[in-house]
Amino acid sequence: MTFGPNPWQQYHWDWRAATNFMAGGVGSGLIVCGALAGPQPGALVLGAVVIVVGLFAVWLELGRPWRAVNVARHAATSWMTREAMVAPLLFAAVGAAWLGLPAAHWAAAVFALAFVYCQGRMLHASKGIPAWRVPQLVPLIIATGLAEGLGLWLLWRAAAGAVPVAAWWAFALLLVVRVALWFAWRRRVHAAAAALAAIDAAGTVFKLLSALALAAALVAIVVPLGDVGLRALQAIAGVLALAGGLWFKYTLVTRGGFNQGFALPHLPVRGVARKQEAP
Amino acid sequence: MTRWAMVADLRRCVGCQTCTAACKQANATPPGVQWRRVLDMEYGTYPDVQRVFVPVGCQHCADPPCESVCPTTATKKRPDGIVTIDYDICIGCAYCAVACPYQARYKTDRADFAYGSMSEHERQRHDEGRLGVATKCTFCVDRIDAGLAKGLKPGVDPEATPACVNACISETLSFGDLDDPTSKVSRLIAENEHFRMHEELGTAPGFYYLWDHKQQESE
Repeated sequence: MTFGPNPWQQYHWDWRAATNFMAGGVGSGLIVCGALAGPQPGALVLGAVVIVVGLFAVWLELGRPWRAVNVARHAATSWMTREAMVAPLLFAAVGAAWLGLPAAHWAAAVFALAFVYCQGRMLHASKGIPAWRVPQLVPLIIATGLAEGLGLWLLWRAAAGAVPVAAWWAFALLLVVRVALWFAWRRRVHAAAAALAAIDAAGTVFKLLSALALAAALVAIVVPLGDVGLRALQAIAGVLALAGGLWFKYTLVTRGGFNQGFALPHLPVRGVARKQEAP
Repeated sequence: MTRWAMVADLRRCVGCQTCTAACKQANATPPGVQWRRVLDMEYGTYPDVQRVFVPVGCQHCADPPCESVCPTTATKKRPDGIVTIDYDICIGCAYCAVACPYQARYKTDRADFAYGSMSEHERQRHDEGRLGVATKCTFCVDRIDAGLAKGLKPGVDPEATPACVNACISETLSFGDLDDPTSKVSRLIAENEHFRMHEELGTAPGFYYLWDHKQQESE
């Protein structure tokens, strides 16, 4: 396989790695919501299951999956190791919360935030990918994970009843913040034209769905809807927030992950005489 | 101290790919994997067009991003600057491959042979341990270590020098100790205009490219 000097889409991480970033964000966000809103052990367990799905997907990508335990050997500098070390702590805290241990849900929320933070730093540490190594990607990954988690929480709670208005305010705020962070990140991205085209196309979907979800939140806050209407709006808003964030992250990994190719700052003058070695 | 480094004189490279072939022969890399390769770049528009041949591979950075992201410690930087991979520890997550700004790393998930089935030569040199893990240029570290053990000087004695440097027909590639001011690489860098690839990323590569600012200005 040979490549020219132009950047090309990295082929090492595919949908399996993307699933880890998508599920990690949603699951972490849901756990934080479940802790803040209750505690709601069901939401915490669902969030943990979503994270497990993501970790299983990325495990499928390993060239040597049966050595996966080696992932925990480099906590000093590797954010992948740190992500892998936070995960069991998170699952233990969720388990403790499920068993009714006091304050365990707060520990789960803290570990969930740490987990999604590790994911953001993992992408940022990928120096070979211009769109990922931008520092502004870290807060964007966290904010979109929280918004997606809250979206899943709204969807999940729609079956049980209407959520309090404070949840709608938090949802609206997160949607605004994640779009603002998207713009802040996008301004700093200098990548190949094909990568930017993919990112901008996904960004259009991301912004549109975020705007629609925000509109739904504002309607829910302002318009006095009945219980059935509010629950329907909850489900719709949740799906919109989820879909926008997930599509953005999937695209970021699988189509926005162009490397920077090879670049020469100077062109050489061809042909120079051979210097004689000193005797 | 010793800091092994490589110099590629872009004014001399003719793009013959002999270094690529020598690397494949020395390291028995499978089809599609080229630890050393030479890019054929074309610049400008007709009639003012220039071709540049650029040898690339692992740059053996002083601050290698592949090493810091590696979750297993399989990737390590030796005190002499050579970046190595322990195939017995690597899990094949390819995080190093996306962290490398030089596209120097490969991961081969299944055995692949030049003519479909395994030839006798490939049978003798096939290594299951290199499947499903990250691989890359090692600066022929085994040759260097074995040569040093025999009292040879890498970059001077062919037996202790990377195969690509030995094979280079145009004396484009040179190898040696940057910390030795009398080594060929130190003198080439001191006497010529040079740059390193993607230097702005702060990786401090151990691979230098020579060009000629003065000649270009005088034309």
